[in-house]
Formats: sequence, structure tokens, C-alpha cells
Amino acid sequence: MSVLVLAEHDHKSIKPVTLNVIAAARKIDSDVHLLVAGNDCGGVIEEAGKIHGIAKVLTCDAPEYQKRLAENMAPLIVALADGYSHILAPASTFGKNVMPRAAALLDIQQISDIIAVEDADTFTRPVYAGNAIATVKSSDTKKIITVRGTAFDPVNAEGGAATVESIEAKGDSGLSKFVKQELSESDRPELTAAKIVVSGGRGVGSEDNFVLIEALADKLGAAIGASRAAVDAGYVPNDYQVGQTGKVVAPDLYIAVGISGAIQHLAGMKGAKTIVAINKDEEAPIFNVADYGLVADLFEAVPELTEKL
Amino acid sequence: MKVLVPVKRAVDYNVKIRVKSDNSGVELNNVKMSMNPFDEIAIEEAVKLKEAGKITEIIAVTIGPDKAQETLRTAMAVGADRGILVETDAPTDIGGVEPLAVAKTLKAIVEKESPDFIIMGKQSIDDDSNQTGQMLSALLGWSQGTFASELDLGDGVATVTREIDGGLETIEIKLPAVITTDLRLNEPRYASLPNIMKAKKKPLDVMKPEDLEIDFTPRLSVVSVKEPEERKGGGKVADIDELIEKLKNEAKVI
Repeated sequence: MSVLVLAEHDHKSIKPVTLNVIAAARKIDSDVHLLVAGNDCGGVIEEAGKIHGIAKVLTCDAPEYQKRLAENMAPLIVALADGYSHILAPASTFGKNVMPRAAALLDIQQISDIIAVEDADTFTRPVYAGNAIATVKSSDTKKIITVRGTAFDPVNAEGGAATVESIEAKGDSGLSKFVKQELSESDRPELTAAKIVVSGGRGVGSEDNFVLIEALADKLGAAIGASRAAVDAGYVPNDYQVGQTGKVVAPDLYIAVGISGAIQHLAGMKGAKTIVAINKDEEAPIFNVADYGLVADLFEAVPELTEKL
Repeated sequence: MKVLVPVKRAVDYNVKIRVKSDNSGVELNNVKMSMNPFDEIAIEEAVKLKEAGKITEIIAVTIGPDKAQETLRTAMAVGADRGILVETDAPTDIGGVEPLAVAKTLKAIVEKESPDFIIMGKQSIDDDSNQTGQMLSALLGWSQGTFASELDLGDGVATVTREIDGGLETIEIKLPAVITTDLRLNEPRYASLPNIMKAKKKPLDVMKPEDLEIDFTPRLSVVSVKEPEERKGGGKVADIDELIEKLKNEAKVI
């Protein structure tokens, strides 16, 4: 049977993580359909139709999907479930909010945050902040899955020629209402998709000092991340947080500055290909996972690095 | 108003867990257990609302082994008025009873207790599923305010600020609702010794899954549990020049 992927988009474009989820879906079955639910999102639908490996794009264009509230999204997924053996979404805050609601309505035990597809029933996922890797086999007849995007190489955004089918909207639940969004504005690459990430921790010391991290990131064309301690201290907004309960990143290069390396932080970044740690405390656990550790005062080392690159 | 706060006994967040040598699960013998940190935030929020006069009763509920009574006592020491344990001897090393079964159990408790809303942790730090609140909300047909960093309880509605990938989102949800907590909703307090003593006298009901007619048979079977691949870290460089040289010529990442 076919596999359905729930597209994540912002009404302007498809979020890159969707391409990683499609890659995971294709490991289950080659007949992959993509659901684009939104309001007035013609550009996104056009983009969706070009993605490599998508046989069909289902579109549901109605005001109740404008803000993608879980109470409205879940019934739409439930209505489509009959035609699919598996339904996948990214393990982003969007997917995490919507998918368990749909799973419960379908009486299915969701499988969260998978990092590998073993077979159509068996999947691998991290538990305990990635300190153990569990392989689980589902006995549900249908699977609802969220996917850790960084664990799968994305499919090509071009080269496909999907058919497009419009589906019926399910109406507004009336349970919840969007009020506002305050999104971080940035020209830097998106944290979970960036090739290079520069992260700051409590050692950076203040919101003002984060300009050092920004300067280095901009020199490298990198995204900026942070430890929970830096976010809790108010140096940067919450969406910068890398870790067990924040974002999971797997860039080619991760530079940890003034980060001690609590296991909750390591859970979010130890999949990076190369890790650099700059910290004045040579006992900091971050050095145990770093390929290149530099024991130094970050206030001297970071400007020097930025200058010499 | 009455609030239900589900809590869970989980491995303490400071413990570095070990995978069992036969790859069947995670070693929990002699491991420190605590209340799941997100649930501490949920209890704290409920207690703050009670102190502000917005709610009158806090019921803590947990599903787990007999020892999970300790978790309920912790909740009561912080300010929950009473506790309910749904006792099961299901193995707990990979998260215990599955989120869907937990959600069904909680729904049955909701039907008995008729709370006005529910506050609970967004995920437990053992199996990291992040499902139960959303599932419970679905089964009840209620609204959901997940990953809350701010909660404002109004008349028949709640305004919830949510931590989302790009920043923050504010929604208005109709009560009754399920609200799940994120890290920055509040700073949980420590229980004082007198309150710990007082909590021992608060009512604690124990039920069995059969009493609620809930089937705990797992849908997911654990095939294997393995250690993650070890990173070969520990390399050091002497200065910035050496770092740049290594990144360029050895790692080839810049």
C-alpha cells in the first residue's frame, strides 16, 4: 500500500525537512504521496509536484488549515488514512503536535522520531536522549511515524512529475484559535539543515557577548545554536536550543563555544561529522566528544578564529 | 476549577543509563529514579494557579509500579491535594506503558474525576515519545496547547504561548483542554520538609488497569536496545592556527 507524507511548509515554500521525510518514506515503499494542507498555498503545491519520488500530491486548500492547528489537521489525516499503510511527518514541533492526535483517533501507537527503517513494521529510534537506540516492531495494521530529518539524506527537490489531486476540507473544529506568532528573523541558514553550526553556552556570559558567536557564524555561513543554559539565561531565543528537548542537528561541522556538554546537549549534536569545542575548563565533558578541542578563553579564541578564517 | 496533573516516575535526568548486556533493554537496578522533569513543571504550574486562586483542587495521577507512589508523594509535597496510582508491573525501562494506553487510562480517570483541564509534561525523558498529551486531548475531543512556555487561564478559555521551531506561537484554546509543558514555563520549587511530612497524610488511591477496563498489551515490541555508536573524541589542538589547519586539511569541512 502507499505511504503518505505530511508536508511541512510556511505557505511560501516547502520546508527542507519534508525532503528527508520523503526519503524515509521511500525506504518503506516506492509509492509515496505528499499531503499539502494550507490556505492559498499554490506556490507550495507547485513546488511539491516537482519533488523527486512523489507519485501524487494531495492538496487541501481551506482557511481552517492556514495555521495548521492540530485540532483541524488531525481529522484530515484520519480521513485519508484508509488508503495508506504508513503516514509520516517530520519530528518537528509541527509534526509532534499533530501526529499523536491523529494516531489516537485511529487507535494507533505512534512511533516517534525514527532514525532508521528496518522493514515495513520495524523502526529504530533513540531513547534516553540518544543514550540508547531501540529497535521496535509495531503490531498495528497501520503505522503513524514521525521522522528525525537529519537521519535521512534528502530526496532531490527537482525531477519529479507528480499528479495533483484536490481533497475535501474537514471544517474548523472551533476548539482553538491562532493569536500570533513571533518568529526569529534571520538570514542565516536554518539550524537543522545547516552545514555548519556555531553554538554558544553559558560560558558566553551575556546576550551582548553573543555577537562573538554571530560574527564567527557569519564568517562561516553557519547557523547559530545554543545550549539550554544559554537559552534559560536569556542570551538567545528558545528556538536556538540544541539538545534532547530542543533541536537535533547533524551538520558537517559543529563548533561548541563555552558549552560544558551536558548529556541533554550532546543528544542534540553528537551526530555532527566534526565537532570543535572551545572551553576554558579542560575537564568539560564536551571535550570527550570533540574531534578538536581547544582549551582557551573563548573571548580571545573566538575573535582570533573569526579573523583568521 | 479542578486540574488533573499526570506525572511519571522516570530515570533521574542526571543518570547516565546503561544498556543491558543482552541488548534487551536498559539497566534500571540501583538507578536513581525521580519525577520526570517536565512533570515537575506541570505540578508547579498547577500549584501556582491554585495559589493565585484560579483553581481549587489538584489531583496528581500516575501509572506505574507500586514505587510510583513516591512520585505521587513528591507531587503532593509540592502542593497536589491527592493522588491516584494506576498500578501495573509492566516493565518500565523503555518508557513503560505505551502513550496510547496511558492516554486511554487518563481518559478513564477524567471521566471519573471531571477535571476542568489537564496540565502534563510534554515528554518523559526515558522514551522521549512526546505523544501522551496530544493523544489524551484527541480521545477526549478537547483542545490542546502543547509545549507551553506561558499559560494564561481565562473564563472558559486559556491563552497558551507555545515553543515552536521558528520561535513562539500564541493560541487561544477552549476549556476543557490538555496543556503540555515546555522547559521555560516556570522554575519548579523544592518541597519543604514540613510539606513532605504533610504529604504523607494526603489521600492516595490505588487502582488496577482492570478497574478501568484498559488493555495495556503493548503495540510495539522491543527487538533490541543498543548503545549508540561511540564518538572517538578527545582530540586537542594547541591553538587557533592548528585548529584552522586541521579543519581545512584533515576534516576538510571549511
